[in-house]
Amino acid sequence: MAAARPLGLFRNINAKIAAIPMVLTALVVFTGGTIWTVVYSFTNSKLLPREKFVGFQQYERLWGTERWNVAIENLLIYGACMVVFSLVIGFVLAALLDQKIRFENTFRTILLYPFALSFIVTGLVWQWLLNPDFGIQSVIRALGWESFDFDPLYNADIVIYGVLIAGLWQGTGLVMCLMLAGLRGIDQEIWKAARVDGIPMWKTYIFIVIPMIRPVFITTLVIIASGIVRLYDLIVAQTGGGPGIASDVPAKYVYDYMFQGQNLGQGFAASTMMLLAVLVVIIPWAYLEFGGKKRV
Amino acid sequence: MTFRTILMAGTALCAGSAVSAADLEVTHWWTSGGEAAAVQQFATEFEGQTEHKWIDGAIAGGGGTARPVMVSRIIGGDPMGAFQFNHGRQAEELIEAGLLRDMTHVAEAEGWTDIVNPPSLLDACTVDGKIYCAPVNIHSWQWLWLSNGAFETAGVDVPANWDEFVAAAPALKEAGIQPMALGGQPWQSSGAFNVLMATLAGPDVLQKVYGDGDADLAGGEEMARVFKAAEDMRGMVEGSNVQDWNQATNLVITDAAGGQIMGDWAQGEFAVAGEVAGEDYTCLPGLGVIEVLSTGGDAFYFPETGDAEIEAAQDALAATLLKPQTQVAFNLKKGSLPIRGDVDLASANDCMKKGLQLLADGKTMPDVNMLNTEDTNNQLNDLFVQFFQDPSISADDAQARFVSIVENKD
Repeated sequence: MAAARPLGLFRNINAKIAAIPMVLTALVVFTGGTIWTVVYSFTNSKLLPREKFVGFQQYERLWGTERWNVAIENLLIYGACMVVFSLVIGFVLAALLDQKIRFENTFRTILLYPFALSFIVTGLVWQWLLNPDFGIQSVIRALGWESFDFDPLYNADIVIYGVLIAGLWQGTGLVMCLMLAGLRGIDQEIWKAARVDGIPMWKTYIFIVIPMIRPVFITTLVIIASGIVRLYDLIVAQTGGGPGIASDVPAKYVYDYMFQGQNLGQGFAASTMMLLAVLVVIIPWAYLEFGGKKRV
Repeated sequence: MTFRTILMAGTALCAGSAVSAADLEVTHWWTSGGEAAAVQQFATEFEGQTEHKWIDGAIAGGGGTARPVMVSRIIGGDPMGAFQFNHGRQAEELIEAGLLRDMTHVAEAEGWTDIVNPPSLLDACTVDGKIYCAPVNIHSWQWLWLSNGAFETAGVDVPANWDEFVAAAPALKEAGIQPMALGGQPWQSSGAFNVLMATLAGPDVLQKVYGDGDADLAGGEEMARVFKAAEDMRGMVEGSNVQDWNQATNLVITDAAGGQIMGDWAQGEFAVAGEVAGEDYTCLPGLGVIEVLSTGGDAFYFPETGDAEIEAAQDALAATLLKPQTQVAFNLKKGSLPIRGDVDLASANDCMKKGLQLLADGKTMPDVNMLNTEDTNNQLNDLFVQFFQDPSISADDAQARFVSIVENKD
């Protein structure tokens, strides 16, 4: 009886049948859609897709466009600042909350609350807060500091930082919660041992605790990074890409050219570049992360 | 980002709603006060003159938002009964793909070729000798709206042309008045530039640059003057932190700004505010330099549905839209000019009469939408919104980028 083991293919047949829809979705919708987009980015499709191949023309135009370069630059600034600040602020907040303080639940709720708001609401709220005539600037001027200037949304040079403030306000709470969960997973014995050895608390955090919660950092990083690449609604709600084109981002460029500009080819080329940028980051990382483990 | 098309199809499916026989769903983006009142006239006339029913499908957010929604419904296989576009090249590909109905039979029965004035409007609806749309109004961009009150405060005469306006700018600034209002939306920047181009360099230059893609002309002396004027304008609009065009118009209405370059739809705002042309505000067609009006506007297109009852209703709507009484009722509310010269607009105000006179004299030019694809317009929007908001871009640099857009346009 035992010799008649079922073939590998038919083992767990029910589970495999149940997985078929998901496999098909992944293959057809995700992979298929991606390939389709990449292929059509080499055509001069306008309003409707058409198979008229023009080589790298769309890409040449893309990289020759001022607006695309501004968008890429903005994404890099926003991305770098977002990763650094949300990790640092999130971790510091989590470490502070981890000191067995009173009203921890209340603080946690307050800090996580912005995450419950959509980017559209966040954008609108901060648009008003940063409006020089109604927001922070006017409040501080009303308090007597007449020369106080703070209108990032109307200054092309710093507008992306105005957006960054809103992004951090919205996203840091989640990072804090993830970190806090990680910190809670640390065995209290480790703290005791560190204290016995006379290691100062900050050193314990940096050299012992952070390496121990590395998986949490990686999860958090992936969540932050995906939020950065798809940055779109915050910009639309807060600045509309303005002043001028100063706060444009790649996702907005893609949308504008695909739909408003009725130039699918250009939009596909831009979205392919976005995909490429993501792959450039993910492939080496995945290789290090998963390739390394097999050898162990 | 990669799955836009699937998303598009999905949106189209979700937006699906059954249209029962002879109920004609009409989508448009006329949602502001005056616009909604105007489109109501269509509905009333349509339901009064025919047995069909008008189902209103207004989409808020302007053409940029509404057009993608409409297009995705049509290519997603759930077409509405009729939809509004600006006539020109916006619907070009939908026609080529056979998604829109040929309305030549209605045009012939109603004699559109004889009544539509200027004839270029009907040309913009025509592809390969077949007529695909019903033009309903004429909107022109080339207007300078000036606040009489603002100039009085500054102690200077109300300018009679662009140069006088530029010369009056320092006096306005001194009096604490914003010399010129310009909203932050991209289309307003490129629109204003195209007006400068049409009036300072002349309609022929615009026609050659956009119509024929003449890159030498785009980089030439005449255009350099236009870019210089645009630089002057940038100095005048600096500090007008508004977004929407009607907010900018409101600055002129409240005498907080000296003037604004905006199409004739701005007139509706002055009317709603109870301002009187000639007394409270002044309008200068063609910026007082070259009196010429572009003849863009709105038109209705009719998607292919394959349903005989819908087709009958479409025919009836197309015929109704161009009837004299519909034209009068609609255009008085909309502030636009009628597409037929044989109707009586006795109750039109001063500015509208100036427009009608120019139209009757044949001082018209094609609209930019008829010459450029949306793709090119989008590139121009990007260039000029940046130029007008960022003083660090020189006129020469902007012109160089302009030339490269013209070179590569299709």
